[in-house]
Order: sequence, then structure tokens, then C-alpha cells
Amino acid sequence: MKNNFVIETQALSKVYHPGTQAEVVALDAVDLKISAGEFVAIMGASGSGKSTLMNLVGCLDKPSSGRYLCDGVDVSTLDREELAKLRLSKLGFIFQGFNLLTRMDALHNVMMPLGYANTPMAERVSLAQKALDAVGLSGRSTHLPGELSGGQQQRVAIARAIINNPPIILADEPTGALDSRTGEEILDLFKRLKNEGHTMVLITHDAKVAEHADRICVMRDGKLFESEKAA
Amino acid sequence: MTFNDTLRTAVFALRGNWMRSALTSLGVIIGIAAVIIMVSVGQGTQSEINKLVSGLGSNRLDISSGAGNQGGIRTGAGSQWTLTDEDASAIRAQIPEVQYVAAGIRGGSQLVYAENNWSTSWQGVQPDFFDINNWKIAQGENLQAQDYSSAAKSVVIGETVRLNLFGEEDAVGQSIRIGKVPFKVVGVLAPKGQGGFGQDQDDIVMIPLDTARRRLSGSTSRPPGAVQQIAIGVTRAEDLAYVQEEVEVLMRERHKIAPGAEDDFSVRNIAEIVATRTAATKVMSYLLGAVAGISLLVGGIGIMNIMLVSVTERIREIGLRMAVGAGPGDIQRQFLAEAMLISFGGGAIGTAIGVLGALAVSKFSQDLPVQLDWQVVLLAVVCSVSTGLFFGFYPARKASQLDPIEALRHQG
Repeated sequence: MKNNFVIETQALSKVYHPGTQAEVVALDAVDLKISAGEFVAIMGASGSGKSTLMNLVGCLDKPSSGRYLCDGVDVSTLDREELAKLRLSKLGFIFQGFNLLTRMDALHNVMMPLGYANTPMAERVSLAQKALDAVGLSGRSTHLPGELSGGQQQRVAIARAIINNPPIILADEPTGALDSRTGEEILDLFKRLKNEGHTMVLITHDAKVAEHADRICVMRDGKLFESEKAA
Repeated sequence: MTFNDTLRTAVFALRGNWMRSALTSLGVIIGIAAVIIMVSVGQGTQSEINKLVSGLGSNRLDISSGAGNQGGIRTGAGSQWTLTDEDASAIRAQIPEVQYVAAGIRGGSQLVYAENNWSTSWQGVQPDFFDINNWKIAQGENLQAQDYSSAAKSVVIGETVRLNLFGEEDAVGQSIRIGKVPFKVVGVLAPKGQGGFGQDQDDIVMIPLDTARRRLSGSTSRPPGAVQQIAIGVTRAEDLAYVQEEVEVLMRERHKIAPGAEDDFSVRNIAEIVATRTAATKVMSYLLGAVAGISLLVGGIGIMNIMLVSVTERIREIGLRMAVGAGPGDIQRQFLAEAMLISFGGGAIGTAIGVLGALAVSKFSQDLPVQLDWQVVLLAVVCSVSTGLFFGFYPARKASQLDPIEALRHQG
């Protein structure tokens, strides 16, 4: 049976400090299935386990039990090097704090992942310029992050996330550090990316932000619930 | 990530903190420069000693007449002429490992040529003496067999003597007086320069042994054929110690010295004396090398320190790079490349300074011989690269082992 889920977890669990007094079940048998081209929001209060889920889905951490197929690849069998390769090709990350390298201009920040992908030197600048064009920052390529507004910085980070053209883009509170109008602009950009075929996963605690997604999942005490979107 | 990418990233990171990078590599610069200068001085001293050894003639033994003992009062070595020509002949005949033997006596006299005069020492020698001591003839010719057999009044003079008596004039064929005896100069010795113990080796004249005995050594009370010293050249250096024993046994036998009684001669192995000095300078150059090595070590620790600081400062960057797809290997190579660049850059500058420094020392200091060769430079380059590798490895490893989640969450 063929399925086209890009993210598929089966009874995915994460337990911190197992077998001790401090044992914490951060994730409890989560079954999450996301198809290619979906825009899914994962909501939850802090401590609900949404960050743990994000780390696992982002191949930054390994589950205690259960399986995770990332674009068809079973993650549990991979070592650190292989996980890095998987992140490189399948995932783009967008963070609340932008995480730009402050000493590099926008263009070089966007180009940075291309080095790890061994993209030929000659193609890098045009690829990065294209990504900056796509997020509406054509004229800002030589600006340092400190010379850009928060919204512009997040756009640079988005350009960096899409530079290797990954199927999945994970955004962790991408609007958390922005004012609401700028946040709306960023979310509009997400919708555009989704329409261009990227699978968008948005982690947030803010119901208003989650509203923009096609589908909302809610984390509560380590368990995942589908939430009917208020249309 | 390609090598080129790794290098670019490292250069970029170092340039961002160029003052710190420069100060860190200063440690390596000083260390490498010190290694080069110290090793060059050490090697220079070593080769100076080697020159001295070859100047002395290395495979040689010297027998001198023993300390006398007259009624309990011991006189200095050589004061009694207990050795004879026959001892020398016996050594040549009975010990096959011996290549050259030359008996000799020595003294000092005033030399006179025209209005010039000069006080020097003379040696009454046998033919092998020139081979044993590596003396070469620069002008004229050496003493001939006939000179020895007929006790001819022929003399070969050293360079210093020639300068003082003849100056610009041609010495060969001229007649000089040694004491009151007229001699004919047949040859001039090739100069040897200063000896290992600072004496002027060229301030000397050589005459046949029998001539010296008959014409110059004043006393007639000595036994016929008596000499002060016998020099022995041995074919192979390995045989020196063995030949020394053989000679001692033979001489005790010939001089009828009872077991337990004191020898009336002494055998000196100059190679041994030189070896002692060589060992002393070797220790000295090891010490110099060790001091230089320690400064390099300190430089290396400086690199490690700065790299650890750098890893801590850039934890978020590391986390980010890992998130976008950098593997542990990529991170490790990046930090290792930074450490290597610091140490290799420092090594290159340090090599330049060290080479210039060594040249300066050799130019401005008479007492410190300097020998600079490419092996030292190679050593320095290898040292600098391995310093970077060794001290950069731990911080780089630490960076690569960071947990990307923790690293991304790191504040600061």
C-alpha cells in the first residue's frame, strides 16, 4: 500500500530520565500523519510536549519508542551524521529568534546550507538571490542582520530554510518575536510556500496564528488531538 | 562540505576576531622561532665540535712518558723520558690494528730569520706524525726519508711562524736559525687555525726526530733513543679502546713493570676527551630544544584555550549549522581548520622570524656558532601543524558532540 505522507509517526513516545524519580513522559504514543503539501499547525501550551514533537519531527532528537518515517525514511536507524544529511535534504527550519549569523550579510546567511549540500560554488549566489527574491528581499542581500527589521530578518531565515528546496518546513513560533502585522505577512508567505508545494508545519501556542493553517493539531500532556478548524 | 568550504568558513571566523586570532598565533610564532634559533645554535655548536675532532685526528692514541718518582717526589708527566724509539717500533710490529706510529720530542726555541725573530715550539717527529695529525703541506715539500735518516737540518714551518718570520717573502728554501742551529725551510704547513682548546695550532715547526735529538734537546744525560711521546694512529675508530689496552700491556711488559706497580707512561685517548665535550654540548642543545619546545607547548595551550572559548561563544551558531544539515564531521573539521590556520599561520611567520633570527645571531655573535639547515625548517613546519592538530582536536571534538537542541536553545 502506497501512501504519500511526508511525516508519519507511529506511537511515537519520548520519555526523559526513564526509570528515575524525575521521569517525564513528554510524548505519549503520538500518531501524526501529514501529507505532502499540507499546512498543519501544532498548538499547545508550554510543557505540553509540542517542542519535543518538533525536535523529533525535525530529526534533531530520537524517540524513546515508536517509529517516525520522514518522507519515507525510518529515522530510528540513522546515526548523527545520517540525521544531519536527512535534515539537509528534507527539512527547513524557521525559529522564533531567527538565528541568523550576525556577521554575515543576508545573502551569505541564505547561502550557508548550500556549503553542506556541496552545491557548486558558481550556482550558490544565484540560488540564494532567487530565494531572497522569493521572500521579497531582493534589494537587501548585502545587509547584515542588524541592519534589517525583525520581519526582514525572519524573511532571510525563511529564504535560508527553502534554499535546498526541502519538502518539509518546520516553523517554531515564527511570529513570536514579531508584531502582529508583520506576523500576518510572514504567515501569508507561509501560505504561498504551501501553494508552491512545501509541506508546512507550524508550532505555536497562539490560536490566532494557528488559524492560518489548514489543519490544527493540539498537544496536551504529551498526547496529540486533532482539532476541527473553526471555519 | 568541501575542503575549500571548510577553509573559507574558518578564515571568515578568524577574521571576525582577528585581534584574538593574531594574539593566539603569537604563541606559536614565538615557539616556532625559538625552536629554529635554538636548534640552529645547538647544531652549530655540534658541528664546531665535529670540526675539532677531525682537526685532532680522531683515531689516535697518545703515549706520554710517565710521571717520575724520585725518592717519593713525583714529577709531572713527561718529565722522565721513559719512552724510546724501540717502544714505537715494537708497537708497530706487534699490534696489527695500528696504522701509524710516530715517536717524538718537543721543545721551545727562538727562531731567527734576517732581522725577524719569533719564539715558538718545535717538534722532533717521525714521518707518520703528519698523517696522524692530518697535517698537509701548503708550500714546498714535506720532510723526506733522507732528511730523517741523515738527521738533516731541514724544517717544515707552520703558517703563523711563516707570517712572523717571512711576512710577504717566500719562505721555502730560506735558511733560519732555531736557537743557534741553522736550518733550511723545506715546506710550509697548511693552516689548521685555532685548536679546540683555543691554542694556535699553526704556531709550530717540525724537524726530523734525530735532528731534534742531536741539535736541539740540550741534555746529553738521557738514555739513547729516549722520546717524550709516541703518537699512534689506529685504522678503525672501533678498535681504539682495544688498541689502548694492547699498548698498555705491551709497554708494561717492555718496561718490566711489576703487577700493581705504577706505570711509567700514560696513554691518552683524545677521542674520549672530545666525546666528553660532545656529550656536554649535546645536553646543552637538548636543553635549548626543550626550552623552545616548552614555549611551543604554551602556544599550543593558548590555541586550545581560545578554541574552547570560541566553541562556547558560538554554541548557537553550531546548533544552527547542525539544524540546517551540518553533520558532526562538518563541525569538527570547521573548528579543526580554525586551529590549524592559527598554528600554521603562526608557524609560517615564526619560521620566517626564526630563520632571520638565526642568521642575525650568526652575523652578530662570534661565540655562538649557528648552523641552519632545511631539516630544522621542516621540523618547525611539522611542529606547527601538529600543534594545531593536537590542541585543536579536543575543542573541535567538543563542538561536534554538542546536542543540536541544547545548542539552539543556548542563551548568550
